Amino acid sequence: MLGNPRRREPRCSAASRVRIALWATLLLAFAALLGGCTTNNPLSTLNPKGPAAHHIYDLLVTWLFWPAVVVFFAVEGLLLYAIFRFRGRPGDPLPAQLHGNTRLEVTWTLVPALILTVILAVTFRTQAVLATPPTGEFITVRVIGHQWWWEFQYPDLGVTTANEMHIPVGVPIQVELSSADVIHSYWVPYLAGKMDAIPGRINKMSLQADEAGVYSGQCSEFCGVQHAMMRMLLVAQPQGEFDAWVRNERSIPSFTAGVTPGATPGATAGVTPAAGAASESLVTRGAQVFANGACVTCHAIRGTAAQARVGPELTHVGSRRSIAANTLTNTPENMRRWLRNPQAVKPGNLMPNLNLSDQDVDALVAYLQSLK
Amino acid sequence: MAAQVAVPVPQQEASPLELRREWYGWQWLATVDHKKIGIMYIAASLAFFLIGGFEALLVRTQLISPLNTFLHPDLYNQVFTMHATTMIFLGVMPMSVGVGNYVVPLMIGAADMAYPRLNAFSFWLFFFGGIFLNLSFVMGGAPNTGWFAYAPLTERPFNPGTGPDFWLLGLQLLGIASIAGAVNFIVTILKMRAPGMTFMRLPLFTWVTLITSFLIIFAFPSITIALILLMFDRLAGTSFFLPSGGGDPLLWQHLFWFFGHPEVYIMILPAMGIVSEVLPVFSRKPIFGYSFIAYSSVAIGFLGFTVWAHHMFVTGLGEIANGAFATGSFLIGVPTGVKIFNWIGTLWGGSLRFRTPLLFACGFIANFIIGGISGITLASPPVDFQQTDTYYVVAHIHYVLFGGSIFGLFAGLYYWWPKMFGRFLNEGLGKAHFWLQMVGFNLTFFPMHWLGTEGMPRRIYTYFPNQGFELWNLVATLGSYLLGISILIFVVNAFLSARRPAEVVPDNPWEAATLEWSTTSPPPAHNFDAVPVVYSRYPLWEDRDPEGAHGATAPRTNVDAVSHPADDVAATGEGEQGAHQGGAAHAFHLPNPTIFPVILAFGLVLIAFALLFAPPVLKITFLVSGLVYGVVSVYGWVRQVSD
Repeated sequence: MLGNPRRREPRCSAASRVRIALWATLLLAFAALLGGCTTNNPLSTLNPKGPAAHHIYDLLVTWLFWPAVVVFFAVEGLLLYAIFRFRGRPGDPLPAQLHGNTRLEVTWTLVPALILTVILAVTFRTQAVLATPPTGEFITVRVIGHQWWWEFQYPDLGVTTANEMHIPVGVPIQVELSSADVIHSYWVPYLAGKMDAIPGRINKMSLQADEAGVYSGQCSEFCGVQHAMMRMLLVAQPQGEFDAWVRNERSIPSFTAGVTPGATPGATAGVTPAAGAASESLVTRGAQVFANGACVTCHAIRGTAAQARVGPELTHVGSRRSIAANTLTNTPENMRRWLRNPQAVKPGNLMPNLNLSDQDVDALVAYLQSLK
Repeated sequence: MAAQVAVPVPQQEASPLELRREWYGWQWLATVDHKKIGIMYIAASLAFFLIGGFEALLVRTQLISPLNTFLHPDLYNQVFTMHATTMIFLGVMPMSVGVGNYVVPLMIGAADMAYPRLNAFSFWLFFFGGIFLNLSFVMGGAPNTGWFAYAPLTERPFNPGTGPDFWLLGLQLLGIASIAGAVNFIVTILKMRAPGMTFMRLPLFTWVTLITSFLIIFAFPSITIALILLMFDRLAGTSFFLPSGGGDPLLWQHLFWFFGHPEVYIMILPAMGIVSEVLPVFSRKPIFGYSFIAYSSVAIGFLGFTVWAHHMFVTGLGEIANGAFATGSFLIGVPTGVKIFNWIGTLWGGSLRFRTPLLFACGFIANFIIGGISGITLASPPVDFQQTDTYYVVAHIHYVLFGGSIFGLFAGLYYWWPKMFGRFLNEGLGKAHFWLQMVGFNLTFFPMHWLGTEGMPRRIYTYFPNQGFELWNLVATLGSYLLGISILIFVVNAFLSARRPAEVVPDNPWEAATLEWSTTSPPPAHNFDAVPVVYSRYPLWEDRDPEGAHGATAPRTNVDAVSHPADDVAATGEGEQGAHQGGAAHAFHLPNPTIFPVILAFGLVLIAFALLFAPPVLKITFLVSGLVYGVVSVYGWVRQVSD
């Protein structure tokens, strides 16, 4: 019955051949799209720049993607073939009433099971590699998720910073994840997979950058209204540059140097003499606004009375590439926009609109930008 | 055999309710007929499906371009949370329950569900629960924490609004409805099958309904507990999930996903069952490997409880636990994937009639293959580390739940529509619906695999330019509009079919094999005039395939047994008043219509409101009235039994 020539005839018509060709082209286009691309998109998982991301990429592409492509074409092909080949026409006799074929069914159970067993074995191998803790010299970074920004502590280096994590190239990093409020997930796709930051727990993962560069990261566990703008940057730099960064982070910014904690920063004598008189007074005024305003209830600037830990640490905020958890690039104009009304930039975030006057905003921007 | 079900008819007592029985609405409000309840389930779930679909279009519109300000971030979070909650609990699940409600008793030759009033109660509680959840939009804000509602984001310190309260109370109501419904299905299928219908002759849709019901019975207690603990945290100040008070947020995830993963199978198995009914009918040959499909569904039922932590690979469970749950997840891929070969095997060598139900069934298979493959990558923990919580997962779940479940359910609706309403849906509109839905669906969700691989996280209300997300988000949004149009075509089709003059639909228009096609379209209130006797897996196909029929040596008397209801019975139509139908030779005990299940369901919703409201006056008013409704209805319900 399967070989009935009368029924096969109309199926080889030009129209259905065109249709099959169309489908095949479409499917090939999808495959090319997925298989052929390495992109420079900032969060791409297909552009690994560290060993962890590399291992995952190899597992995905070699052991999952290509077998999946084969299975996809084979099974969809079978389905399409059955659909076109066995199309009935009015008056067709009843087809053979087959109920099954045990041997065939056992085969098509065992073959997928075998394929999956192989993939599972390779999965275990990759898992073991990823779970190996760093050996030799490594740096520990404590990552603490906050609604909606990142805090980075380097316990061995005495550095605390926010939203911009620095690491030396080629050195393994032990990341210890936790959270100050709800669950977040730390993810820098160029370097490694993600790991959740859960309050009350410490999760560990290791990552390493093989190339210098500025890598994007983003919270990937839904954490509330500004989940979308809980972004970060990871700066991987040669050891020398990293050491310089650490030295700078540990220093107290020149403007605030010499100010005794608790003293009014405006009255300081330690202002950099190089700064012009006008901007100097603006910076001084900004420091006053900061110290006497609402800022200090949430933020910390080392060397001043501001020691609160609710919002991001701002000691060297002027040297950072971005503000508001990489929502805006760090330019005076953007900082002005942010300070005028943070709720307009990032609605629902925990920094209220302080209704600052334009003069105060300008002074604060000058001050914060001076904190290099 | 008729003697087995002939039950003396209780004398009707005159009651005040009697007067209202003429009213058309009353016949629906007070019905305990599984067919009417099934239709109400389907209608309500379609209405909620439209709401959920509208929410999906809002989400897609917000994401059409980078940094779009169409929706405020918090509203976006409410909308995507309610989209998922609506589609899962108010759309897909109850639509399967509705189809099952209508079809299963007919398939097994029963007159009704085992507990008709409990059945009505399940429906009304689901319906009120759905309205309760949606009222949150106008009563202080909808849930905004995602359908998984991870603690501690749902806890009061981080979420002081009423959104999570609506969510947890609403789900609690829906959970009661689901468990009651599942018990009903289990007893119906285990105890009320027609004589001769052994388990290996059970239609596959009935098989999967049975398995799904067991899944509900075992999975829902877990979320019930989780919801109660969360309720205590929010309303009574405990800290089960708050680390600051010694609680553990991961406990929520374990309890939730122990329910949440079986829930996926609760949504997909009925669609698999529908496809397993539709394919043989339109291929004009039996299902290929009946027992493989039945047993692999049972296997899925068991294995479904061993994979929950694959939703938690990045929570730091450790390599060993991840490996164990990866193994379970790979394992469950086998019985799930094998079905695809069985379905293709059913098409193979058939004489395919491409009516709309078969189109949707084939669409189901084509989409489900993709959903299955993407599921394998997610089951591998290292790959999951990159893919989880990205749009790759969004693509995967929609290939399973839309490309799978929804396509399967539409196949079922087109297939059983003439049985339910005695009218066909228009074939041309049906085909337009299918093709638009197929193209729109793949246009919407296929690009999301790529978006996820390129790093777009889930549940973000916006994204930035120059992340490589613009083009495919635009395509996905345009695809979703196409999907919206395709669903509208179905709605138009349904309305047109209702407006067309009544057709005479034959008992078995599709030349199908199962018992529901042996009675009239639509069937009389008591379903069958005589209890059918079953001699094979395909009672209506025995002339086709004598050697394939199980127990074929037995005399084939079922054609006589399944005689058609007398004309006068069909004419009386609703026929719920009395148990005795049209003076036919066999008496059927059909329960009286009753309003008490509706009142009880309503009382429970009032109690949910009482828990929700803070002002003591409101709280006490609602609590007391809810309790009064409850007590009165339970008393009335129990009294009726002794009638």
